[in-house]
Amino acid sequence: MNAEANCNRLGLSKNDYSGKPSTLCKGCGHDSITAAIIQAYYELGVPPHQVAKFSGIGCSSKTPTYFIDRGHGFNSVHGRMPSVATGATIANKKLTIIGISGDGDTASIGMGQFCHMVRRNVDMVYVVENNGTYGLTKGQFSATADVGSVLKKGQVNPYPVIDCCSLGVELGATFVARSFSGDRKQMISLLKAAYAHKGMAVLDIISPCVTFNNHEGSTKSYTFVKEHDIPLHELGFIQSKEEISVEIKDGERREIELHDGSRLTLRKLDRDYDPTNKIAAMATISESRDKQELITGLLYYNDKGTDLNTLLNTVDVPLWSLGEKDLDPGAEVLKKINASLR
Amino acid sequence: MASGQPIINDVSIRVATSNGTGSQSSNNLLYKSLFRMGIGVCAKNLFPSNIQGLPTWFQIRVSPQGYQDLREHDDIAVCMNPETAKEDIAAMRPGTTIFYNSSLIKLTEDQLKPGMSIYALPVEELAKSITDTKLRNLLKNLFYVGALSHIYGIEIDVMKSVIQDTFKSKQSAIDANIAALQIGIDYAKANYKKTDNYVFQRANTNQGKIIIEGNTASGLGAIYGGCTVVSWYPITPSSSLAESMEGYLKKIRVDKEGKAKYAVIQAEDELAAIGMVLGASWAGARAMTSTAGPGISLMHEFLGLAYYAEIPAVLFNVQRVGPSTGLPTRTQQCDITSCALASHGDTKHILLFPSSPKECFEMGAEAFNLAERMQTPIFVMSDLDLGMNSWVDDELEYKPMKYDRGKVLSVDDLNKVKDWGRYLDVDGDGVCYRTLPGTNHMKSAYFTRGSGHDEYARYTESPVVYTRNMDRLLKKWHTSKQYLPKPVIKGDVNAKTGILAYGTSDHAVVETMDRLKDTPVKYMRIRAYPFTQEVEEFIKSCDVVYMVEQNRDGQLQQLLETDLPGYQNKLRSIRYYGGFPLSADIVERELTKKMGK
Repeated sequence: MNAEANCNRLGLSKNDYSGKPSTLCKGCGHDSITAAIIQAYYELGVPPHQVAKFSGIGCSSKTPTYFIDRGHGFNSVHGRMPSVATGATIANKKLTIIGISGDGDTASIGMGQFCHMVRRNVDMVYVVENNGTYGLTKGQFSATADVGSVLKKGQVNPYPVIDCCSLGVELGATFVARSFSGDRKQMISLLKAAYAHKGMAVLDIISPCVTFNNHEGSTKSYTFVKEHDIPLHELGFIQSKEEISVEIKDGERREIELHDGSRLTLRKLDRDYDPTNKIAAMATISESRDKQELITGLLYYNDKGTDLNTLLNTVDVPLWSLGEKDLDPGAEVLKKINASLR
Repeated sequence: MASGQPIINDVSIRVATSNGTGSQSSNNLLYKSLFRMGIGVCAKNLFPSNIQGLPTWFQIRVSPQGYQDLREHDDIAVCMNPETAKEDIAAMRPGTTIFYNSSLIKLTEDQLKPGMSIYALPVEELAKSITDTKLRNLLKNLFYVGALSHIYGIEIDVMKSVIQDTFKSKQSAIDANIAALQIGIDYAKANYKKTDNYVFQRANTNQGKIIIEGNTASGLGAIYGGCTVVSWYPITPSSSLAESMEGYLKKIRVDKEGKAKYAVIQAEDELAAIGMVLGASWAGARAMTSTAGPGISLMHEFLGLAYYAEIPAVLFNVQRVGPSTGLPTRTQQCDITSCALASHGDTKHILLFPSSPKECFEMGAEAFNLAERMQTPIFVMSDLDLGMNSWVDDELEYKPMKYDRGKVLSVDDLNKVKDWGRYLDVDGDGVCYRTLPGTNHMKSAYFTRGSGHDEYARYTESPVVYTRNMDRLLKKWHTSKQYLPKPVIKGDVNAKTGILAYGTSDHAVVETMDRLKDTPVKYMRIRAYPFTQEVEEFIKSCDVVYMVEQNRDGQLQQLLETDLPGYQNKLRSIRYYGGFPLSADIVERELTKKMGK
């Protein structure tokens, strides 16, 4: 990208990736995620008109209006965004699809659709803006609240947590990552890699709710998350079109080559972690949860998946663009069908 | 030969078997052979919600006119199921005919009525001659076909041609079937003396006709209508729509490299099925789902979104008996109000009422034009009788179709327009212009939402804007009337007595009209909702109007009374909701009773 001209490879400025002003509470983690999306897509040089933004219902689902105004957006039904996004990618495989959901939207009402979208390996970036609480209905627990976490009014959550990442890995997601809305650099690297990945990329981003879930006793407060955030590795992203000019720091470093030729670089921090090992990923997520550690980074990656449109083996042009010439089987075919029905 | 005059090509046969025994192919052989002999024939399968073991009945009605509705009472009972034999025989009236499996069913004197003709068929004994024990249970169903064909005159060569076409190149299956058929024929030849008067004779009723299920026709209609995305969830009686459609798509919608010009997804539930349809339609594809009442219930939330955010969709609702699981293998017209007003809030949808497979094909195609033109869901209201039964109907007619993609702005269009708002009623017809995602123009993008929005698709909670938008949606709904299929009128145009019906009730009403030919009556078949001007004019021109429906609550009448108030005192109801296909016997009886004859 051309930093001097404040333009990306398409000659677009960051403003071309902006959206409407946020109407969320001041300091909401979701706004940091929005900013990271704008930055990542701007730096990547994603054609904004190709972006289709999807969401369900909830605070998180309001955010697609806050970024990439030049892309179409669809704020659908609570928990059912996956099916809408799936339909859109089938109709137009050229779209760049990003879905924004929340923990209620994904892990409660939308659990079924989330699972099946992962199973189908829909080629999209799916962000769970996870604050462990229902913000828009004023602070009830969500299913991603940790057991023992405390509500603002004092109730303690007795139920075990649903972990969207371990669920994603289990269901065969090919890209699973966790991040923290306070770690802008990590979020941007992961968002870029998720975009470059062909297939379902699940990003569970812990995003504290400043109004209803930021108090002592909450395991999703800024203070708690900051204290317990353990990045698995330091991430860097090299776009396919860029020269390799990343400075190699001390420590072990590995690269993951993504489908479009981009690379995600992972520099080892304090532990060995292989994100391509499914069993190890499951174990690490589970153990860290038990220790109340919030591990962040690329948790699982698999380059062997086949995305839905490839599985459906549809023609290269978007299905919507086909007209009579392509779709009408004609009189002769109907004549034969009639003949077979006598 | 019996004593009376021969009754040629006019008889009702009921075959009682048990589900999953292979009787379906024997029944189809009977049905198709009659069809190929040019005889006017109709067949319906009355089956349980079960895969194997429960009783099932197949009814074949032969009439010179080729009526496609059943008689209430049958002339010939073929009793092969000992479980139901007692009731099956008890239902038969004096002078009728009974074939029965004498190996398993004991017929006693007290079961007989005066003038009955009885033919015993020792199926199990005859089956012993079939050495292949695996096939024996399937093949023994052919005995009654053979026996019937001998007694009533179904041509053996015609039956052989049906068997050959059914099993195609599987010669061993063809041979085994023909041999089993012959066992039945031989037994009848050697043992029966014909004591009834029914006879089949070659006729010429089926020129230009085919045998087709409504579901198959609907699916083909959707293919010819340019549908590219199908998302569905299995549910009786609609599953065969998506399945047969996929079968055809695989053959006729693949390019030279083997790539599909369609996508079919079996969704995880009906919510996802309609969600995918909306996503695909929003992105510009012609998309559909097929379902039944319970599926429609699950789709209600999304249907409100589709109505309010104005997203095209085509839904085939193959109605079955509700509420709840209800009678899932029985037919009704019971989702009229639940579809017309589907979802929370003020909603009004567009419904089409096909009455025959041919119309399933035509409306199945046209629904996609309507959906894109009106930017709203279109419901094709089929039912189990229409969808799952094999009908004799006119062959499907090819009409080159021009796809109307509706008001969609391209980059060029956007260059020309000064001001564009997704919900701006530029043309004054309530239908606004949309853009598709991916359109490379600065003005192209907009935000679709189910929450309050203004003409430019911006979020708003303004009472004024909300009201204006809802009023425009109503205007759009009224606009749709000019594009909907017009009602069909039959009978005496000067009559002051009218009948209103829709969908599969048509066949029973048409036959009733034939029977009442000395009574001045006219009949209007409604083919769409909202009601067009013609419906009101029809009611106006009548002193009394009988509304025939297959539901308890008179659902279309409710809509009529709401949308065309002031005619309540003219409307009388004829409602049947027992779950079997509607018979002219019922309509005629109820009508004459209500007319005070």
